[in-house]
Order: sequence, then structure tokens, then C-alpha cells
Amino acid sequence: MSKVRAFLDRIHPLFVKGGRYEKLYPLYEMVDTFLYWPADVAPNPVHVRDALDLKRVMVYVWLATFPAIFVALYNTGYQANQAMQALGMETIPNWRGAVMDWFGYNPANPISCLMHGALYFFPVYIVTFVVGGLWEALFALVRKHEINEGFFVTSILFALSLPPSIPLWQVALGISFGVVLGKEVYGGTGKNFLNPALTGRAFLFFAYPAYMTGDTIWTAVDGYSAATPLALGAEGGLAAIQMAGYSWGQTFFGFMPGSMGETSTLAILLGAIFLLYTGVASYRIMAGVLIGVIATSVLFNLIGSATNPMFSLPWYWHLTIGSLAFATVFMATDPVSAAMTDAGRWIFGILIGVMTILIRVVNPAFPEGAMLAVLFANIFAPLIDYFVIQANIRRRAKRNV
Amino acid sequence: MSDEALETEEFEFAKIKPVLVDPLIDNNPIILQVLGICSALAVTSQMITALIMSIALTSVVAGSNAAIALVRNHTPASIRIIVQMTIIASLVIVVDQILKAVAYDISKQLSVFVGLIITNCIVMGRAEAYAMQNPPLPSFFDGLGNGLGYSLILMTVAVIRELFGSGSLFGVEILPLVKNGGWYEPNGLLLLPPSAFFIIGLLIWAVRTFKPKQREVPEFKILPAHGEVA
Repeated sequence: MSKVRAFLDRIHPLFVKGGRYEKLYPLYEMVDTFLYWPADVAPNPVHVRDALDLKRVMVYVWLATFPAIFVALYNTGYQANQAMQALGMETIPNWRGAVMDWFGYNPANPISCLMHGALYFFPVYIVTFVVGGLWEALFALVRKHEINEGFFVTSILFALSLPPSIPLWQVALGISFGVVLGKEVYGGTGKNFLNPALTGRAFLFFAYPAYMTGDTIWTAVDGYSAATPLALGAEGGLAAIQMAGYSWGQTFFGFMPGSMGETSTLAILLGAIFLLYTGVASYRIMAGVLIGVIATSVLFNLIGSATNPMFSLPWYWHLTIGSLAFATVFMATDPVSAAMTDAGRWIFGILIGVMTILIRVVNPAFPEGAMLAVLFANIFAPLIDYFVIQANIRRRAKRNV
Repeated sequence: MSDEALETEEFEFAKIKPVLVDPLIDNNPIILQVLGICSALAVTSQMITALIMSIALTSVVAGSNAAIALVRNHTPASIRIIVQMTIIASLVIVVDQILKAVAYDISKQLSVFVGLIITNCIVMGRAEAYAMQNPPLPSFFDGLGNGLGYSLILMTVAVIRELFGSGSLFGVEILPLVKNGGWYEPNGLLLLPPSAFFIIGLLIWAVRTFKPKQREVPEFKILPAHGEVA
């Protein structure tokens, strides 16, 4: 390690003001502070809010997605292998086939499933990382601020939230929109009011609906149609989901078609435990979403409906199907775009929960509501905070007069 | 107005030129004053509707400016808005009727937005800000300039939206679509009105980058973080 330090110190003069690569200082700073403690000292009186800095926060969130990534790889491959078996396909007619012929296409073979999934997930992730990273670096160089680890989180969440069959040029377009219009136009990390990963996903959702919704896109095999449990639920309620052979346990463990990283509630739960244990994510937001979801779905259960089967879907099914769990744990808890006050976080969470179920159950246009609900709540977060702070000021003023 | 007055005004065309040219970029009603956004979002998904709307608004604002300037010295200040509205509404009805007569399909596509020119902030704004203080001819050119500034932005937005949203310009296929056996996958977002928000926002960003004069003074400044060059 000391050799790395010595190397960084040796090239340091090249990047400071007057050095040959002065303009590339943000890149140098990124590598240096990623590996080592920053050498800066505070010139003014300090006020430390937390010993955990932004860099560690972001890297922790990134680590917390690892279980979801693992299931994304396995399940994407598993679903694809199963679909190929059902269609009687022997091989894939593109470059993936050349690799996968080595591993076989047996859905019972975990290595084959993992490899098959990796061949779909990693191209998406690499494109996200390279294209989004270029935008990040470009803005950092022009605006002369540091490159932020926030992008680690944005890139992995964006990639995990996409369906496996998404064309790579759309991935590049989506992450460009998310990073540039969702974050950088407002001044970069910490100044955006929308979650950049979700902004990118929403862009793709509205721009290329044929590639982001429907029954044919959730399995990485051409021409294979498999509805997600959520879509089945919208058609025929719980009976239709169970008729298609999905048990609650299956949807909890994540063996169903869907966006790559969003199928397994269990894997997301592991990430949630890690985030809560390290204090990175707010338990108030997650609990708020749960309250909102349970209250709204129980209310719909009680109202009942003869024509809309979604009314009768129990809350514990709502939590395991679709992308609600992923949105709750990783998207809603984004510290930048969520509410900042403690009371505000409860309200923010409940708003997401209520909106998700409302969109799922009573809105016929969109099958999934979690993404739109989080973006909706993002827009309201500053307003919620404003009222919480005003209420606090009023209360304290009354106490002291 | 006598012929003499008209002649002297025409003689001083050098004075009128900035009135006509400034609203194109330097004082554009949409991207600097941020007026008339509603119709800019609504009619720009196709070039043909954007073009008709541009012509309709330009003729209304030029005509109303000239007419209001003609009666400006006889209009009591207390009822001037009513007078202006009457003139503008009459012109809008004329334009609407002409559209229905000669281009019925397009007038149906534009639906309420031609009628809504009455409430367009650009028309009212120019009447109040310019026509009430200036003679008819400069007022006419001011209206024309503002109408053209509006049209310029509308057409720019419409080119982007129709080309990338439907792969065509004025309905003629430029980028062959996938569903017709080509290679271009149309971007559905561009057919939805919010996309015009993004495009106008990006236009404002681009113009203010090249014309720093248009930038507003920031209301506050965030202190630089560590390692950042202030």
C-alpha cells in the first residue's frame, strides 16, 4: 500500500494548480480519497454531524445491493433456461450462445443459471457504469468539483431495476437522462430533488414502453411470453397468480420473471438489514412505506370490488410481487431526494406506500406503482420538510412565550 | 394617421430593426421571459400544428399590437384591459374562423389552443408593455418580432419532437421506423407534452451558456466543499 501512496504523492504536483494535468484534478482526487483518508483540515470552526462521510455511505449502499445482484444473476439465468427448455431451444443464436454452450442450459444447474444471468446483467451494468461515469466525469471536470461515489449507487440501482431483455442503447440513453437531467442540471450530488436512477428508469418507461412493460420482456429469451405475478394479479387477482403456479414463498425468494434485481424480497431484506444496522438508511422511511402499504391494501380488501380483482390482494402479497420491496429499501431511502426531517420521513414513507397501492389497484394504465410513487414523493419531500419545520418552530415559540 | 407620419416612421427603419430582431434571441418571449409555455407544450408534437399555431399567434399579436396602438390615446386607463381583450378576441375569432375554413383538420388538432391565444401572456404582455406607449407601426413590428421569436422556439421544439418522436418532419418519414422495416425506434416520451419542458429547459441552458447576459443573479451561493475550487 505504501507504494501506492508514494506513487500518488509523486504524481500529485501534476494535478494541482499550475500542474500539467490541472484540469484532471477531480479524477486524481477521486482515486486518492477512495483509497486513503483525505488530508484536508477544516479552516473554519467545525461542526461534525456524523463520523460517516458521503463516500462510506455510498459504498455501504453499494455493498447492500450484493445479495440482490446475486439473485439477479441466478434468477435471470434460471428464468431464461426454463423458458428455453419450455420452447425446446438448444442454443442462443448470438454471442451469448458461444459462451453458454460451454455451461449448458439446464435450469437445475446453478452454475449454468448464474452464467446465463451474468451474460445479461453485466453488459447492462457495464454500459450503465461507463456511460453514466463519463457524464459524471465530464461535469466534474467542467464544474471543477470532485467525482462522487453517489454514482456507484445510482448505476447499480439503475441496472438492477431494468428488465433483462433491455437493448443496451436504451440503457445508455436512460442513464444519460438520469445523470444529466435527474442530477447534474441541478448542480450535482446533494442538490438533486429526484432519485437519478429512478429518473432514468422513468424516462425509459415513458419513452420506450414496449421495452419496459408487457409480458414478453421479463425473460431474456426472444419470443417467450411470461407475465409477472403483478400483471397476473391485475388480470385475475390472487387466484390468477396461484393458478400460474406461484406460491408466496416463491415470490418471496424471487423465482419469478421481473426486473433483474427486484424479484427477490429475501435478498432485498438482507440488504435492508445491513443498511439499517450501519445506520445508512432511515428505518422511518421503510416503516412508513410498510404502514402505507398495509393500511391501504387492508382498506381495499375491506371495500372489495366485483370488477377489480386487485382489491382483494392481501398486503403480504403486495410486498413480494413487483418492485415494491426494492423501491422501499433502495430507492425511497436515498438520503438526498427523501425527506430530511424525522417526522417528515414517516410522512414521506407513508405517502409512497399509499400511492403505490393506489396506482397498482385503481389505476388501469400502469401495472406497477412503486417507481412513480417514489418520484411523486420525491417532489413532495421539500414541502413535507417545510411544514414539519414550521410546525416545530410554532410549537417551540408557544412553549417559550 | 397621415401618410407623412407613416413615411417618417418607415424612414427610421434603423430604429425599428431592434424592435423586430431583439425578441428573436436576446429578449425571446419563451426562453427569456418564459411566457406562452402552455401552447408551446401542447402543439409541438408535430411540425405542421406548430407552424399553423406560430402563424396564428404571430398574426394576432402583430395585428392586436397595431390596433391597440391606434386607439391608445383614446383608451381610458381604467378600462384599457377590457378594450385590449376585445380587440385581441376579435382577431383570434377571425383567425380561428379562417383556419376552420381553409384547414379544418389542423384546426381540429389545435382544438382549444387557437382560442386560447386570447389568454396568451405574450399577446397581453406586448399590448400592455409596448403598444400602449408606442405608435402603430413600431407596435406592429414589435408584435411581429415577438411572434417570430415565439415561432422560432416552437419550430425548434417541434423539429426535435417530431423527428425523434415519430421519425418524420412535416409527416414525411426521415428516420425509417422499426415498425415499417427501418432501424429507428421512436421515442414515445417526445410525443408527451412534458418532453417540451425538457427541451425548452435545455434550450434555455444552451442560450444562457452562449449569452451570459441572460443569466439571472443566483439568490444564494452554497459554500464550497473541501477540495472544491471556489
